[in-house]
Amino acid sequence: MPEITYREAVRDAMVEEMRRDETVFLLGEDIGTYGGAFGVSAGMLAEFGPERVRETPISELGIVGAAAGAAMVGMKPIAEIMFMDFILLALEPLMNQAAKARYMFGGKATVPMVVRMPGGSGTGAAAQHSQSLESILMHIPGIKVVAPSTPYDAKGLLISAIRDRNPVCFVEHKLLYKVKGEVPTGEYTIPLGVADIKHAGTDITVVTSGIMVQKSLAVAQKLSQEGISVEVVDLRTLRPLDTKTIIASVKKTGKLLVVHEAVKTGGWAGEIMAVVSESEAFDHLDAPMRRLAGKDVPIPYNRFLEAAAVPQENDIEAEIRAMVANKY
Amino acid sequence: MTTWKKEEFDNLETTNVLKKSEELGLSHEQLVEMYRTMVKVRLFEEMADKQYALGKVHGTMHLSAGQEAVAVGAGFAVNKGDYLLNHHRGHGHFIASGADVNKMMAEFLGKDTGYCRGRGGSMHIADVTANNLGANGIVGGGLQLAVGVGLAIQMKKTDQIVLTIFGDGASNEGIFHESLNMAAIWDLPILYLCENNQYGMSANVTRVSAKTPFKGRAAGYGIPGYYIDGNDVLAVYEFVHKAAQNAREGKGPVLVEAQTYRYFGHSKSDRNLYRSKEEIEYWKTVEDPIVRFGKLLLEAGLLTEQKIEEIHAEMNNEIEESVKFAENSPEPDVNDVMEWVYA
Ligand SMILES: Cc1ncc(C[n+]2csc(CCOP(=O)(O)OP(=O)(O)O)c2C)c(N)n1
Repeated sequence: MPEITYREAVRDAMVEEMRRDETVFLLGEDIGTYGGAFGVSAGMLAEFGPERVRETPISELGIVGAAAGAAMVGMKPIAEIMFMDFILLALEPLMNQAAKARYMFGGKATVPMVVRMPGGSGTGAAAQHSQSLESILMHIPGIKVVAPSTPYDAKGLLISAIRDRNPVCFVEHKLLYKVKGEVPTGEYTIPLGVADIKHAGTDITVVTSGIMVQKSLAVAQKLSQEGISVEVVDLRTLRPLDTKTIIASVKKTGKLLVVHEAVKTGGWAGEIMAVVSESEAFDHLDAPMRRLAGKDVPIPYNRFLEAAAVPQENDIEAEIRAMVANKY
Repeated sequence: MTTWKKEEFDNLETTNVLKKSEELGLSHEQLVEMYRTMVKVRLFEEMADKQYALGKVHGTMHLSAGQEAVAVGAGFAVNKGDYLLNHHRGHGHFIASGADVNKMMAEFLGKDTGYCRGRGGSMHIADVTANNLGANGIVGGGLQLAVGVGLAIQMKKTDQIVLTIFGDGASNEGIFHESLNMAAIWDLPILYLCENNQYGMSANVTRVSAKTPFKGRAAGYGIPGYYIDGNDVLAVYEFVHKAAQNAREGKGPVLVEAQTYRYFGHSKSDRNLYRSKEEIEYWKTVEDPIVRFGKLLLEAGLLTEQKIEEIHAEMNNEIEESVKFAENSPEPDVNDVMEWVYA
């Protein structure tokens, strides 16, 4: 299998779906000649032309609103929001229109759209260009939230997201764009709502997503040399949650650590813990569940402060060590 | 692609600074000071670019070289206590409002001595104590806040105004409409300064805007709108001063659109694929605001070639000092990362 970057995997999914299905089109800021702020759509204007690679003014509310409208009448738009932070300017069409149309209209409407957005910190872009807002998106019934951690998952999940009949928020962590991995050429899909055990283990379950999967995997590999067996569960889809995989893993290991970059308060780690508390896995826990998340602070600019604001590999390692040593 | 026409400018080109400065009530010292500030902005931007290339600036930044006349013309035309709502390409406006370049450079390098103690960086640089309410990472962010600042000024009955800087790109955010409409119905003391540098990132202004110049939109709100040569520093001064007066007298907001051009790429990820070398060259040679103003000052006998060199050397020195200051400053203490989330 060829090795490609996460960025290329996202692009391949869009290109292949646009070749296959004429109703799929891309809209967003600077997605044409510039190739998108992160180069994801580079070359697509040349292949598909300005009608299907539709460059918009800087009008996020308009972009997501237009995507929702087009989706309601049979198109399959992929809207690119340049930074996840700017989805905040477009929550109304996403949350009040796209998310609810099907239900409000008695199941008679469908809104098959994807909103892609790069999130996360680590690039020095500071407080308004570095957020992880997945938890906010997850709170709204009617939309799905996907956050792939590898090039392979990115392509397979994005193809599924484009084909899905619902509005899907597709969160790409900026630091992952350069990550390489094996990705088949041609079509394959990964179902939404299915988690993936990226590293099997027996001592502790780490439930995580996006960039934190990569960090957790590095720690799991390191600790396995010392005989600490970490199971890394990559959620891949944050809504709907694959509760089955989470519960089964916790039943097996008896310990749960949830890791995410988003700030701790109100973050989705709490949701995962609630799922476990309500399930038969609760009786299998032999220690309090723990979460490691971003500090409750806007992302600072200075590189040392920025790193301190979100979990790093050494934080994950320390937390796992403490948990398996029954320190809590 | 030509997106602007000189014939449409509302200003008359400045050809004689002596005559013009007399009309505007500017002293010769002030003219030279304006020139000096423009040079300072240019050298600051070039140095910031250099620091970035050396890997000393984390993140990205948006440089305003080529747009100095807008920043300096406007900065000199408002009063000290007026509020400034800046945008992401705002180093020039900040310097023109009297900022300390040491603290600016320190902020870029993320140091504890920077304006925001390393928390904000270039995109969020602010000096709240000096009524500079910050650059903004959100396109149109200033347009959102302007109405509230204007309301507060009105309710407190001070004689301040708020100068709001935004780009041609920002003019296509929905908030442009909401902001100007509210300001107009309540006669708020807001000066909307649209810095039209012809591109919002890679988007040519005419491709993404139904009708330009934007000054035409002012009529829809029943407020004055002007479209001016943003590379003619005295024209900028003249119109911003006039607009500021209007706002200060309680007559409501004014939209001033200044035509200009940015030399550097949009940010650090820009490969300049959307514009031609010839176009950039034209602006750098024929329209450069510093060259144009310098020539007029020479013709008027207010500067000599030697004096111009001295100014450059002096400003260069100041900027180099700012790098030294920033480099010798401490990093913020990582243990303080949680400070200032709440008051
Ligand atoms: C809400 C929002 N959308 C998009 C961006 C990304 N972005 C930053 S600057 C910029 C271009 C802005 O153009 P303009 O307002 O003309 O200012 P200029 O950069 O030309 O000075 C874009 C698209 C952003 N920061 N905020």
